[in-house]
Amino acid sequence: MILPKMIMKNAFRRRVRTILTITAMGIAILAFGLLRTVLTAWYSAVDASSASRLVTRSSVSIIFPLPLAYHEKIGHVSGVSRVSYGSWFGGIYISEKNFFANFAVEPASYLDLYPEFVVPPGQKADFLRDRRGFIAGKKLADRFGWRLGDIVTLKGTIYPGDWDFVLRGIYTGLNRTVDETQFFFHWDYLNEGVRKAYPAMADEVGFFMIGVKDPNLSAEVAREIDAMFANSRAETLTESERAFIMGFISMSEAIVMVIRIVSLLVIVIILAVVANTMAMTTRERIGEYAVLKTLGYRGSHIGVIIMGEALLITLSGCLLGIAVTFPMVRFFTTELGQYFPVFFVEPLTIWLDFGVAILVGAAAAVIPTRQAVRIRIADGLRRIG
Amino acid sequence: MTDEYPIVRITDVSKSYHRGSYVVPVLSDITFDIARGEFLAIMGPSGSGKSTLLNLIAGIDRVDAGSITVGGQDITAMNETELALWRADNVGFIFQFYNLIPVLTAYENVELPLHLTGLSRAARREHVQTALAMVNLTERMDHYPSQLSGGEQQRVAIARAIVVDPAILVADEPTGDLDRASAHDVLDLMERLNTELGKTIIMVTHDPHAAERAHSMKHLEKGVFNSV
Repeated sequence: MILPKMIMKNAFRRRVRTILTITAMGIAILAFGLLRTVLTAWYSAVDASSASRLVTRSSVSIIFPLPLAYHEKIGHVSGVSRVSYGSWFGGIYISEKNFFANFAVEPASYLDLYPEFVVPPGQKADFLRDRRGFIAGKKLADRFGWRLGDIVTLKGTIYPGDWDFVLRGIYTGLNRTVDETQFFFHWDYLNEGVRKAYPAMADEVGFFMIGVKDPNLSAEVAREIDAMFANSRAETLTESERAFIMGFISMSEAIVMVIRIVSLLVIVIILAVVANTMAMTTRERIGEYAVLKTLGYRGSHIGVIIMGEALLITLSGCLLGIAVTFPMVRFFTTELGQYFPVFFVEPLTIWLDFGVAILVGAAAAVIPTRQAVRIRIADGLRRIG
Repeated sequence: MTDEYPIVRITDVSKSYHRGSYVVPVLSDITFDIARGEFLAIMGPSGSGKSTLLNLIAGIDRVDAGSITVGGQDITAMNETELALWRADNVGFIFQFYNLIPVLTAYENVELPLHLTGLSRAARREHVQTALAMVNLTERMDHYPSQLSGGEQQRVAIARAIVVDPAILVADEPTGDLDRASAHDVLDLMERLNTELGKTIIMVTHDPHAAERAHSMKHLEKGVFNSV
């Protein structure tokens, strides 16, 4: 059929204008894709959370510790399958710019509760055996070039002093939503040091991680745990792991909202750019459309030509944008890995890119198509010459 | 080459245009017939309404009053879709500025009307080659309009007009943008289409030399015929 050929040839009649519009569309898709990917990264911990895990912390604030003695009591609550505990260590490796998350945890129970942290069996055994041992995510180990057996020193901020650790294992994520930039070591090692230097802070933990036998009973288990410590000197707040993480994310809700608004603005701006291109194009070719109508082509044919051209431009820009998005995401993963440990382009983002391209193309062509279809042939022919 | 039944019958046709709050009458109660196989020239000063009359006959504009019957079909009663289909089958257009699609080759321009028919690719090719041969442009079928002279472009436009074998050919100032030699060639070609193929041709022109080639002539002035 002649229409696809006309769409192709028309689209590249004004090469510079078309290439600039495609480039603008590509940049918009790139911006949209990157912003979407940032949002994905922002919520990656939520996506990675498990419905069968609860978190218990101080009801006052996460920064207030809980007694280790709660461990045994929580373990006896009906519906609880496993209990682990840990504390945010907040150590610095060489310099503050080398930030990564580091936790002191009860290693055996913690790894049982987090099967998504995959540690080779030999390395796991070495880690469990060595009280100074630690495991690091693969991305973190790669970032600093750590090898098994290396001694790594962290400078404590909450627990002052230099703390030496031996790398005993490197974990990988069971899937790509798992954060591979974390650092876990023995809570006992931390507690021994604390007992010597700050006895008042000994035998206290930051949080308990609780595995439940049946996720449907999570709310009931949480209520029972909190009721157990009500009116004690350290009351607890127990919530699902998802709610716990969402609590952190909600602190930055304004940033997330700004990212969403900017994503929308990017689409509106590119819509204006493409609509302008299509309006100019249609105005220039109104005489040709009149000729086609004279020859018997109907409004629907003209609509296909204009809509097809708009979609060809936006989809070309979309493909360009997607092609650039992947290397850009790889670049950001390298450069901003400490801020966004899980940073990858979701398949949904690619579908949304195409959706945006189709939406922008169709919307940009609506008014020019309407004008071209409605113009009287005699008026259109007068524009020639 | 004429027969007794008119191919075009125009009855009490009036047409006016609205310019803001003004109504400008263009044609007033026009009534006449065009016989099958006729080569008619319509002349008249600018603004006399000759192009409007041609557009009405060709079904690309609407009458305010009256009726136009072409080949026995009342085109004033048709809706836009019916008119588009009717034009595709029955009318060949020749314009002053050729009006070829610049991104298509001569071949593709001539083929344009055939895409609206159910013809196969091979059948279309045969029709296009025949039409281009008639206008003596077979050798230039792969050239784009910008690679052709004005006269050649007009011959391609004529090939496009005849490729569907329409009942009538309408030509609006077909030589208006051509030099004398090219105009001569185009008029020769139109004369051949009329005499050899029996095509009914209705031509609007300012050019007395062009009008002389027609078999009959009408003068339009201020929307009415003043002599035949």
